[in-house]
Amino acid sequence: MTGVTGERPLAGRAPAPGRPGAGGPVLEVSDLSVRFGEVHAVRGVGYSLAAGEVLGVVGESGAGKSVAALAVMGLLPRRARVTGSARLHGAELIGAPEKRLAALRGSGISMVFQDPLSAMTPVYRVGDQIAEAVRVHGEVTRRAAAERAVELLDLVGIPDPRRRARAFPHEFSGGMRQRAMIAMAVANDPDVIICDEPTTALDVTVQAQVMEVLRKAQRETGAAVLLITHDLGVVAGFADRVLVMYAGREVELGTVHEVYARPRMPYTAGLLASVPRLDAGAELPLVPIGGRPPSPAELPPGCPFEPRCALSIPECRAAEPAPLEVFPGHRAACLRAREPGRAPRPEARGAAVPLAGDGPPRPATPVVLEVQGLVKHYALTRGALLRRRVGTVRAVDGVDLDIREGETLGLVGESGCGKTTTLMQILELTRVQAGRVSVMGRDTATLTSRERLALRGRVQVVFQDPLASLDPRMTVHDIVAEPLVTHRRGDAAPRVRRLLRMVGLDAADAARHPRHFSGGQRQRVAIARALALEPRLVVLDEPVSALDVSVQAGVINLLEDLRDRLGLSYLLVAHDLAVVRHIADRVAVMHLGRIAEIGRAGRVYGAPAHPYTQALLAAVPIPDPARERRRRRVLLEGDVPSPADPPSGCRFRTRCPKFKALADALRARCLTEEPEVRPLEDDHGAACHYAEKPGVVQSTAPTTARNLEEP
Amino acid sequence: MAGFLLRRTANCILLITVATSLAYLLAATALDPRSNYEGRNPRPPAAVVEAQLSRLNLNDRAPLSERYLTWAGGVLRGDFGRTWNGDRVGADLARRAGVTLRLVLLGVVLGSVAGVLAGAAAAVGQYGWFDRLSTACAFLVLAIPTVVLAHMLVIGAVWLNDLLGVQVFLVSGEATPGLADGVGAGLLDRAKHLVLPTISLALGQIAVYSRYQRNMMLDVLDADFVRTAMAKGLRRRTALVRHALRTSLIPAVTYFAFTFGSLLVGATITESVFGWHGMGEKLIASIRSNDVNTVAAISCFAALAVMLASLASDVLHAVLDPRVRVG
Amino acid sequence: MAAPPREELAETMAGARHTRVPSRSRLVARRFLRTGQGRVGFALLASLFLLAFLGPRAAPWSATDLDFTAFLQPPSASHWFGTLQTGTDVFAVTMSGARRSLLVGLLVAVLSTAFAAVAGSFAGYFLGWTDRTLMWVTDLLLVLPAFLILAVMSPLFTAGRWLLFVAMLAAFLWMVTSKIVRGMTRSIREREYIQAARFMGVAPPTIIFRHVLPNLASLLVVDATLNVSAAILTETSLSYFGFGIQPPDVSLGGLIADGSATALYAPWTFWFAAGVLIVMILAVNLAGDALRDAFDPDAGRAG
Repeated sequence: MTGVTGERPLAGRAPAPGRPGAGGPVLEVSDLSVRFGEVHAVRGVGYSLAAGEVLGVVGESGAGKSVAALAVMGLLPRRARVTGSARLHGAELIGAPEKRLAALRGSGISMVFQDPLSAMTPVYRVGDQIAEAVRVHGEVTRRAAAERAVELLDLVGIPDPRRRARAFPHEFSGGMRQRAMIAMAVANDPDVIICDEPTTALDVTVQAQVMEVLRKAQRETGAAVLLITHDLGVVAGFADRVLVMYAGREVELGTVHEVYARPRMPYTAGLLASVPRLDAGAELPLVPIGGRPPSPAELPPGCPFEPRCALSIPECRAAEPAPLEVFPGHRAACLRAREPGRAPRPEARGAAVPLAGDGPPRPATPVVLEVQGLVKHYALTRGALLRRRVGTVRAVDGVDLDIREGETLGLVGESGCGKTTTLMQILELTRVQAGRVSVMGRDTATLTSRERLALRGRVQVVFQDPLASLDPRMTVHDIVAEPLVTHRRGDAAPRVRRLLRMVGLDAADAARHPRHFSGGQRQRVAIARALALEPRLVVLDEPVSALDVSVQAGVINLLEDLRDRLGLSYLLVAHDLAVVRHIADRVAVMHLGRIAEIGRAGRVYGAPAHPYTQALLAAVPIPDPARERRRRRVLLEGDVPSPADPPSGCRFRTRCPKFKALADALRARCLTEEPEVRPLEDDHGAACHYAEKPGVVQSTAPTTARNLEEP
Repeated sequence: MAGFLLRRTANCILLITVATSLAYLLAATALDPRSNYEGRNPRPPAAVVEAQLSRLNLNDRAPLSERYLTWAGGVLRGDFGRTWNGDRVGADLARRAGVTLRLVLLGVVLGSVAGVLAGAAAAVGQYGWFDRLSTACAFLVLAIPTVVLAHMLVIGAVWLNDLLGVQVFLVSGEATPGLADGVGAGLLDRAKHLVLPTISLALGQIAVYSRYQRNMMLDVLDADFVRTAMAKGLRRRTALVRHALRTSLIPAVTYFAFTFGSLLVGATITESVFGWHGMGEKLIASIRSNDVNTVAAISCFAALAVMLASLASDVLHAVLDPRVRVG
Repeated sequence: MAAPPREELAETMAGARHTRVPSRSRLVARRFLRTGQGRVGFALLASLFLLAFLGPRAAPWSATDLDFTAFLQPPSASHWFGTLQTGTDVFAVTMSGARRSLLVGLLVAVLSTAFAAVAGSFAGYFLGWTDRTLMWVTDLLLVLPAFLILAVMSPLFTAGRWLLFVAMLAAFLWMVTSKIVRGMTRSIREREYIQAARFMGVAPPTIIFRHVLPNLASLLVVDATLNVSAAILTETSLSYFGFGIQPPDVSLGGLIADGSATALYAPWTFWFAAGVLIVMILAVNLAGDALRDAFDPDAGRAG
């Protein structure tokens, strides 16, 4: 396969009713700039949005995506200086009096925010908050508004909307809150909906549901949508056109198919090349973009991307290039945009899907970690004032796994599935509630405190948020030296310098504090600290999920390189299935405190046997518009059941598509009997009563990586 | 639920019991009722003093544990013992508690409402003239001890009354004794007496609450949910009042429990300066007269009041914040 | 593990070259002095200290002297702040009281904040029984009427035992701070750098003193400052009723109590003591508020 290129017929959604040019733009933004004091956050952004069109805005954190959108809404803090123009149906929004803006907000142009918990007032009922949006813009009675709120909740797919309208935001799950936010945004039938990272805080299966609701909301209202996200996969599946931002500027704008297939700006090409993809395994190394985004307070005089650009020429440093029309409707801000065929071709990676399952067989090395029947339950208490126990959270409820030396096991699952609890239980190195944990062949229940201290040196950890995992008041030297000092390993200074060089930092950085580093550099410091005691097993808790895409790739490559050089074993916990796919040899999929499927990465991804794994994989968006739009969607219904009250029998049955398709006689088993992990073939097992052998799965459940595209 | 309430009540009772017992033990050790008799002229015979002290359970020659048990037994039957000259302790405490509670309640309500409003207004117009003015006033008020403030008010009132030649403010007692013509005149007289003590007590509360509320309000001013409210189409002012103020009231309510203790001290000072016959005045008098049992009774009252205040703040918290309600 | 010594030497020399990052305390000091509040507070405090500790040396009278030629005289060249009914020089006695108040305030603040930090962080870190016990004691002390207890104990503070008074005052001032410290420790305890330290085998008390308390330093410094004014206020109220600092030591509260009786016809007996007290507390509060902003520049609370 040569990949998806422009020559191919562009499949996907039928053109939206109002393409650019048809009927004039609904929203037209030109030369929009935002300053916060000395910081120039947005520097001359312009785009237009036709009725019914979806424009994706992508870029890394700090690129000015959200600020530009908030400026259009007039919702920036008052110290922001906004210039330029934004016209809604020709009426100017920038600098308009508050009264006019308020009348337009919510009715002409509305917004869905990123974090639906903090975006809803905690003390009012959800229904009342939606009704408030209805009442602001019309002479509606209180009763009618409440009725409309229930209708809207029903529209966005909240079950039992009448009862749910009386709930408070904290009683909703993340996905339900985001649905309620969407209900609020469409309450007055707006012409433009701005979605600011609408699914970033959500799990993949919930993300898929919410994107579906957004699609529906857009269809119902016919509104134009501005979709701001850092997830290239989400844009690929939903947007008509895409705007790439870097350092507060537009660097590329075009139709999704064009930009993904033929990026003309090296930054866009770099972004596409640095994303780990579900449809590509570890065989294809990620290409990180070097360096870090410039600080908006001190921009270089030339092209802001020039210092990180592999294709830069001296002219790039002279002045910032203006967006240039490369093809009709496709412009890029690069001096070399018109040179044919010089951008790296991301499609070279995208196409190469490895055959299901294969990779080297498991090494016959010693086992470094063995977990059997691990259980962790804790009391669920309610109420801050009248605290009382209302149940037991079965966070981890019988987990078995093992890791051999030099091997990487990826533990994946959605939030609340118990993966982090599992990891913490392992790291405690003490007696567990039930089951057995043994590290380096030692049962942790029988360790003396001296032995435990010694064993801690062999098992180290790297956490998710590198800023939170480094004590802000200590220098990098003190941070990396802390394990050495604790374990009395002699003079720390030379070792610290060597460790810093090993993770790609400068030894001279040792005197600085974590706040002077970028996210990727901080994570490197955390890795250096974890390696200080020369551990055999490193536990990685979401090691790259707090990092920007272009930086992520560098850290992933470093982790792989260190593993190969030092012979480390990794236990990698992550929710990003593509990252796990890239690093892990074996994968364990967790669902509600239990392992749903475990086995060699190629097998689990290539031929998933458990319906949950299948749904999970189908929900991950792929940053390739043609492919993403041709996939068959398996949407799970409803929310993840509470771990305090898991369903009887199989814990997945309430959302299981396979269960729905079963005959009643066969269902009985799912209702009553909890499935154990059953080996299907060599090193691949699934906890499903009706899991088929992978060979059979290929034909019955076409949602595997190979068969993501419908024939 | 019932079990929880029971446990909580039990803990409250335990705390009050231990606090009152500690106060009794301390008072019985540190105070010296015998000196009251020995200072008398003519000095009563030693045996009479001894018998009197023993009868009142105040004899420092009896073992402390014995005195404590006798006292505790009495308290359990609702009898707080007798003063050093033989009166019942409980006699006028109830009336005095009413006087103090009236004063404190007025101070709390006025102080918290005015303080919260001032703080919210200051935060909304951060760095504006009202913010600067209220901040400067709050700093000044917080730097003036209640004793000084009360005396300053008295001095100011006397000066003003002299200047106008009319008794606008009255600075001694709760009401003018012997005034009996008409309800209207009585009320006016009471109001004239009430103004200054209330100000003296409330001013500090207003300053504290306005600072606290200003900070809490600033925290939610840029909150996402305020932005959402504006994105719905609410004007900034409406969004701030309906969403920001309402949410930032929650921490202010929990703060109330912490300020209550200082309010009682403030009431003691205010009563003393303005000659109100409340609990605080009695406290000072009973310590000066080595009145062990009265001191213990007042400390029991104070502990109970603080406990109730914290309970009230918890209940208000639950009313205002759906997240802490048991659901 | 062992690197060639030459390489190490080169590294050490390279290490000596890097630019020094300004230390945090210096940064805070710079920010503190940049605000008007900080400058005013600092200047007022410094001059009060100078006046209270050096002023009496320059003045003609000492606090114990009685001038039998001048009873209740207004301020003059000889008696800068006038005299009391006994012939005591108001300036000398006010400065003596200010000295005592400042000392009491500082000592109480340091003691109570230190205790609050230890109790709060241990309770918040260990939770379980440690927490329940410590928090029960805290609740008990919150319920105990501090003013009453201190007043009852006043006979014990005579004969120059004012340090006992300081200790008792501190014992009743730490509870609220310790509750705040406990809450913040509970959240810091979940931070990943604490988890990382735990998983590398650092002992819990070391974690508390190395990672938890330094990260609460800003809160503790600010709280200590505000405790200074709280201590001075409490001391004044107690002394006003004669339950605080006992003779022969002088206190501003006692002076105010005496002066309030004569304030109407001899204002100097009241206003100088009251004024010094107000300026003192104002200065401490201003400094505390400026410190808070200096520690936390993003909060933007500068009033």
